[in-house]
Amino acid sequence: MTYPMPKVGFAARDRTPLLACHPVTGIPLTATLSRSTFTGLRCKECGHPYEAGARHVCEDVCFGPLEVVYDYDAIRSRVSRATIEAGPTSIWRYREFLPVEGDPIDVGTGFTPLLKADRLARRLGLSSLYIKNDGVNMPTLSFKDRVVSVALTRARELGFTTVSCASTGNLANSTAAIAAHAGLECCVFIPSDLELGKVLGTLVYNPTLMAVKGNYDQVNRLCSEVANTYGWGFVNINLRPYYSEGSKTLGYEVIEQLGWQLPDHIVAPLASGSLFTKIRKGFDEFIKVGLVDEKPVRFSGAQAEGCSPIAQAFAAGRDFITPVKPNTIAKSIAIGNPADGPYAIDIANRTGGTIAAVTDEEIIDGIKLLAEMEGVFTETAGGTTIAVLKKLVEQGKIDPSETTVAYITGNGLKTTEAIASSIGAPYTIEPQLASFHEAWERSQASHGGAAPRA
Amino acid sequence: MAIQVLIPTPLQKFTNDEASVSLEATSIDGLLQALEGRYPGIQARLCDESGKLRRFLNLYVNSEDIRFLDNQATVLSDGDEVSIVPAVAGG
Repeated sequence: MTYPMPKVGFAARDRTPLLACHPVTGIPLTATLSRSTFTGLRCKECGHPYEAGARHVCEDVCFGPLEVVYDYDAIRSRVSRATIEAGPTSIWRYREFLPVEGDPIDVGTGFTPLLKADRLARRLGLSSLYIKNDGVNMPTLSFKDRVVSVALTRARELGFTTVSCASTGNLANSTAAIAAHAGLECCVFIPSDLELGKVLGTLVYNPTLMAVKGNYDQVNRLCSEVANTYGWGFVNINLRPYYSEGSKTLGYEVIEQLGWQLPDHIVAPLASGSLFTKIRKGFDEFIKVGLVDEKPVRFSGAQAEGCSPIAQAFAAGRDFITPVKPNTIAKSIAIGNPADGPYAIDIANRTGGTIAAVTDEEIIDGIKLLAEMEGVFTETAGGTTIAVLKKLVEQGKIDPSETTVAYITGNGLKTTEAIASSIGAPYTIEPQLASFHEAWERSQASHGGAAPRA
Repeated sequence: MAIQVLIPTPLQKFTNDEASVSLEATSIDGLLQALEGRYPGIQARLCDESGKLRRFLNLYVNSEDIRFLDNQATVLSDGDEVSIVPAVAGG
């Protein structure tokens, strides 16, 4: 089997660039570790150590996922609440907790609003509910900007000139946008049936976009094979240990925005399970270095019934995942073979949380409920989170007195197809007062709001 | 019964840097044994002590995950392509 040679300055399959130079200045990148607080990688399963290169699995022993190792004494000596508060209003205010060596690619990612959701709380019967709204994250309106900012910073440090990813949509948007900002070549892979907003929201940055005739898991398999052959930095494959660390900032920010306190309960969507585990890691790290007092936090996860391998395993008391073939409108979380599923189950079990799934109809109702109660328009993943939040309250699995944070990870404007037939229509009127009067009377007769859909 | 096997980068140290190898086998279990026969030591990377595939490895026959087929007992046919793919994160 032969493949065309990649167009970047790497030997095929080589993990190390031939000459690691800054892509713009051409200045060789040396090991400028003076500011870095990470010391290498290690297998999350067996603990085997590795150097901090572009690798993601424990290739010498067990194929477990690799994670970044930090020097927490160094972090503790450098950070305080005051130093963080004096930092930029982006994820880089937490840079000592992130695996980068030099100047980060800062496109203003992070520090998104933590909204006190009083109306939704009253509707659900909760006393203290917050929405962490990454639907307005920059630059591409999903939490993926956090992980991609970290991954592409590290990609540049490792000398990659072409970056790539396998994506359900949001990651493609983010990789293409931040690669454009950083001047990196970009080739991204998506399933061919994605929502138009996610396709256009990638193409506008002019990457090479591959729409694969298959589901996300098939796209991921293909990308693993491409990663074996081309010397590219795949943010969710050979850069995964760095990439996934970006999600920890969703934990840090909530602590800081709650006034340096932990919540009692969080609800977050589960796709691969990575986000869930990294929010937990973010909480644990702030406890470890003394930035927040320790207390129990329950972790609950949300899936769509049409792709719920983690919820199914949790319900069955299993610690392993049986893959499924996705069939849901919640495409951004439609991962049938979730790599971090076992870790998500472990966290839910250890913290006294739960993992639940909801139907596509409940997801749409969740989107509408959040929009109507809080003025936040989320995509299907956020609808899943709100629907599961509602379900857990109804089942008595969230104490009404708990401070609960629901993580909204994406923006509804990207997936308008999902709700187009489920919301009302405008009243179309003539530009005359009488026409308005008539329409207003009709609207009040049906208790206000939008017109019924024909 | 020639089976084409796609070898991920981390395992190519066993296959003399070959990304794709051809082997004779009639099942996934048989293929694992054939791999070990030609590339001693590779099976210990792929499987745990009980011979079960490690949980962070995915095997596909012609793009289908073997967990949707018959797992390690999955029957192989002449010309099948088997991919060995370490689990990756999503999004």
